[in-house]
Amino acid sequence: MMQETVWLITTVSIATLAAVFVWVITRSRQRAEYKTIQQSGYRWRKRLFVALAAAGIPLMGVTLMKMPYAAATNADAQALHVDAMGYQWYWEISESEAQVGQTVVFRVESADVNHGFGIYDESMRLVAQTQAMPGYTNELVHVFDQPGTYQILCLEYCGVAHHQMKAEFQVLTNQEEGGA
Amino acid sequence: MMSHANESGNTQPAQPLVNIYVGVSAVVLLLMMIVGLVMRLAQGEMLDISPGFFYQLLTVHGAGMVGIAALGSAAIMWYFASRYLDLSRTLFVANLLLFLVGVVMILGSILGGGFAAGWTFLYPLPAKGMGLWGTGAAALFLGGLLLIGTGFLILHLDFARAITRQYGSLGQGLGWPQLFGRDSGEAPPPTVVASTMVTIVNILGITAGAAILVMSLVNLYVPSFTIDPLLAKNLIYFFGHVFINATIYMAIIAVYEILPLYAKRPWKPNKAFLAAWTASTIMVLIVYPHHLLMDFAMPTWMMVMGQVISYTSGLPVLVVTTFGALMLIYRSGMRWDVTSSLLVLSVFGWAAGVIPAIVDATIRVNMVMHNTLWVPGHFHFYLLIGVASMLFGFMHFLGKESVEQEDRWFARWAFWGFMFGSLGFVFMFLYSGANSVPRRFAEHLPQWVPYDQIASAFVAVVVTSVLVFALQFLARLFATRPVALATEVN
Repeated sequence: MMQETVWLITTVSIATLAAVFVWVITRSRQRAEYKTIQQSGYRWRKRLFVALAAAGIPLMGVTLMKMPYAAATNADAQALHVDAMGYQWYWEISESEAQVGQTVVFRVESADVNHGFGIYDESMRLVAQTQAMPGYTNELVHVFDQPGTYQILCLEYCGVAHHQMKAEFQVLTNQEEGGA
Repeated sequence: MMSHANESGNTQPAQPLVNIYVGVSAVVLLLMMIVGLVMRLAQGEMLDISPGFFYQLLTVHGAGMVGIAALGSAAIMWYFASRYLDLSRTLFVANLLLFLVGVVMILGSILGGGFAAGWTFLYPLPAKGMGLWGTGAAALFLGGLLLIGTGFLILHLDFARAITRQYGSLGQGLGWPQLFGRDSGEAPPPTVVASTMVTIVNILGITAGAAILVMSLVNLYVPSFTIDPLLAKNLIYFFGHVFINATIYMAIIAVYEILPLYAKRPWKPNKAFLAAWTASTIMVLIVYPHHLLMDFAMPTWMMVMGQVISYTSGLPVLVVTTFGALMLIYRSGMRWDVTSSLLVLSVFGWAAGVIPAIVDATIRVNMVMHNTLWVPGHFHFYLLIGVASMLFGFMHFLGKESVEQEDRWFARWAFWGFMFGSLGFVFMFLYSGANSVPRRFAEHLPQWVPYDQIASAFVAVVVTSVLVFALQFLARLFATRPVALATEVN
């Protein structure tokens, strides 16, 4: 899952940085000539720049390869199109269910103020989102890989009942859909 | 005195004025932290408040923290820059007065008028309170922000005047002759370089902010005058991003100026330092689209720029400053007290806080992290453990009779409480964000409540520690003389 990876990368990176600080601090009461430290430090700084660039540039390339923005134009012909309109403080959604594995294109708009269209799975894990903005249509493409009752939460503060602005979206297995 | 000091001949920074700035900052920071604690307690179901009042507190906390971070950081910048630049004390006072009037207007709007549209005042929410607040309350809030922005604009214009007068141009204030020419060793001191950068970016940022504030005000009274919501969002986040980031670039001056006194080593600008600040001047202005990554209607090139520049924007100054600070203290025979500890903690807070911020600026990550508690997790990391530590370090420094003066036991305990409390608090935000807990929710689902309760305990420790910092400073306020001017590092 994306969130676990992000949490792991962040905590390990911060812990590494903290270790460097502690290492330097524990040696701060000793004395050495500053010029020698600077010469060595500048070499390490250059290496750090090179290392960050060497890691960051490929990472940028990989993460930018699959952006969500043009996904709707590339969606397959069988995609389910769902119109979602945000109001203070409820959602109007044209369809209430989709099938597992089906491409769903959410066309998200707002009738009044900015809202956020956040899709949560049954364990209340955020799986995708886009903003809902008056005057604009944001197309969010998502393929649900698990059946269940998904919650749509508002993720942009929109007034006093913002936290109560919810809707449900059912994702069915093929058997469920056939038997319905 | 630091090298390059007193180039302007201004040998008497107005410490009483700075004391007032810092005193106001300490008190407001403490109050805003208590507001933060109330919100976390409410989310943790340990305090019963209405959602309406929660969102009023959210609005006052956001506006108050951004404003006071700017005020306190401006005090640091002004205090040290006034050694090198002939700054106007009248305009420094004017900024404070405009700030205080603005605060009164904002408090009146929120507590009196029920305004609760968030400090980001996203158009058109201020005009659509659904009966909870009226046009007058919204106008009072927007007008208050406008007044505060105007005060800072005046202050920064005075910096622009003083830098131009002392160094010839803003480019020279950034050390361009030394950066692009031969390094003569006569580059402006770090304080002037940082002040120049902040002057440039904040004049542009505040102007954009003023434009959207005025447009929003007109819209309140002339609803037929509408604004493109996406343009409004761009202007707000450009202003907001620049203004809050500028607080770090102002407050970091405390590290540049004070830490050398403790390490007994100079912090001199070299080409890498100057290049980093010039690069950051540009990048802080163009990185703001990373706030809009979930606005799919934005041009794709801007989104790509938002991610790419996020990866690179903080690094130059950050790596240069973090590395510089670590080199400065490594085997220096460093003297450790609450001031130096807070300043080193602040550098760590800034550097570490950037990590979850950069991660979140990755478009694919943003899809599942945007507007979760991950976001306050990273900005509290570099604003609380970063900027607030810089401010408290500076405050503690101002209150000392000499660098060698021993700290009282309660100040040392307050430092440890602040550090561990803050770390616990921000990690609970990050952990909650990694578990998809939305930000800005008055009420949380039962499975999220334990996170809020643990976080509340950490906040209580932070508040207690900051209470000690503030009381100690206020008690010393007029009883001591400044140490910085009497101390030399060569």
